[in-house]
Amino acid sequence: MELEGENKVKLHGMWASPFSLRVELALKVKGIPYEYIEENLKNKSPLLLKYNPVHKKVPVLIHSGRPIAESLVILEYIDDTWKNGPKLLPEDPYRRAQVRFWTSFLHQQLSESMITVVKTDGEAQESAIKDAFEKLKVVEEGMAELFPATVGSENLGLHGIVMCSILYVFEAVEDVAGVKLMDPEKNPLIFSWVKALFEISEVREIKPDHDKMVGLLQFIRNNALQAPKA
Amino acid sequence: MADVVKVFRTWSSPFALRVIWALQLKGVEYETIFEDITNKSPLLLQYNPTYKQVPVLVHNGKPILESLVILEYIEETWKENPLLPEDPYERATTRFWAKFGDDKLVPSVRGVLMTQGKEQEEGIPVVIETLKLIEEQLKGKKFFGGETIGFLDIALGWTANLMCVFEEVTGIKFLDAETFPLLSAWIENFSDVSVIKQNWPPRDKLVLKFQAAREKCLAEAATK
Repeated sequence: MELEGENKVKLHGMWASPFSLRVELALKVKGIPYEYIEENLKNKSPLLLKYNPVHKKVPVLIHSGRPIAESLVILEYIDDTWKNGPKLLPEDPYRRAQVRFWTSFLHQQLSESMITVVKTDGEAQESAIKDAFEKLKVVEEGMAELFPATVGSENLGLHGIVMCSILYVFEAVEDVAGVKLMDPEKNPLIFSWVKALFEISEVREIKPDHDKMVGLLQFIRNNALQAPKA
Repeated sequence: MADVVKVFRTWSSPFALRVIWALQLKGVEYETIFEDITNKSPLLLQYNPTYKQVPVLVHNGKPILESLVILEYIEETWKENPLLPEDPYERATTRFWAKFGDDKLVPSVRGVLMTQGKEQEEGIPVVIETLKLIEEQLKGKKFFGGETIGFLDIALGWTANLMCVFEEVTGIKFLDAETFPLLSAWIENFSDVSVIKQNWPPRDKLVLKFQAAREKCLAEAATK
């Protein structure tokens, strides 16, 4: 079903950004047709700067000509607006609060750990790795009851989508940092979730190319390590 | 079964105030448990093992954490006096600016409150620019929520009380009425709402608290 003119959906994104990827995944899971505009973050389009003047970042969703920025705000907007298809948030307010809390934790805490692991070396990196391990443990314990026995695109949920978006980068982070952050023995639950999540076709469809991701993270790492220390 | 609502807070936490305001605006009865941050109760640690922080809302024994998550929960559970607009796009705009306040304004203010010298000087324009973006959201409106206070007023409400405290502690003026006519008017109007007025923590106690926090932070930075 093509969305014509007024109701058109466009997404300004970047192929490797977990923030952008999670919006794409949500749109695919909901079956919402959209036009995708790849942004070069070193040379942002005038449209992007016009639609997100505050942060000048991707992702930005444009619906009926109106822009929405901030990935988690966009995901809630998508759920609020398109009532057909899988719901990203459950009905029950308490479950919703749990999903929002853990989504926020994944978004802020886990993402930050991973970026630090990529951008540091020596003691700083060791500390970041330890931090990432601890956070994974927290996620495993805290999110256990949020994951259904069988997960598919219809019950992926906001937290599942955000988790996938981070996992897209995860393996490449491990390669670049040279350390296994996720261990089937240390994190059996997460390991089983990852396996189940990557069996979902929409999730696989959006996954960025691993080698390309490693290349980008290596580039980011090299830049960070060469930069003069503040 | 009657609703049992408890709020874990400290006397000064601006994030906990958000929860108090929302509950009172909706006429929800609740019990307050005041926490001593230096000596957290076993109950708090049990309810919030992840962050070990206030506020925590406990509704019929179930804990909800993170003030903005709690606000959404309160909105969805008690339908009186809706705090969020109905239209999805307006809701998204509200959530965007609430997040902006927490992600940008809070750290930028902390960046001036807890520093000195050149670092502090460089932090001041960041606060001003951030406040200017927020000022724009008030164009043509009495409150961020329109005619009555809403979600975003509650999320940004800490500024109405604490910015002048921070100004006193640092000796720096952030919110002058000439540069920020709309925010200045909003601060007066917001502070005048009875639910808000009756819950402000004592100003002199806040000044002392933040003065001590600033000194501690500067001392720690000096030893690095």
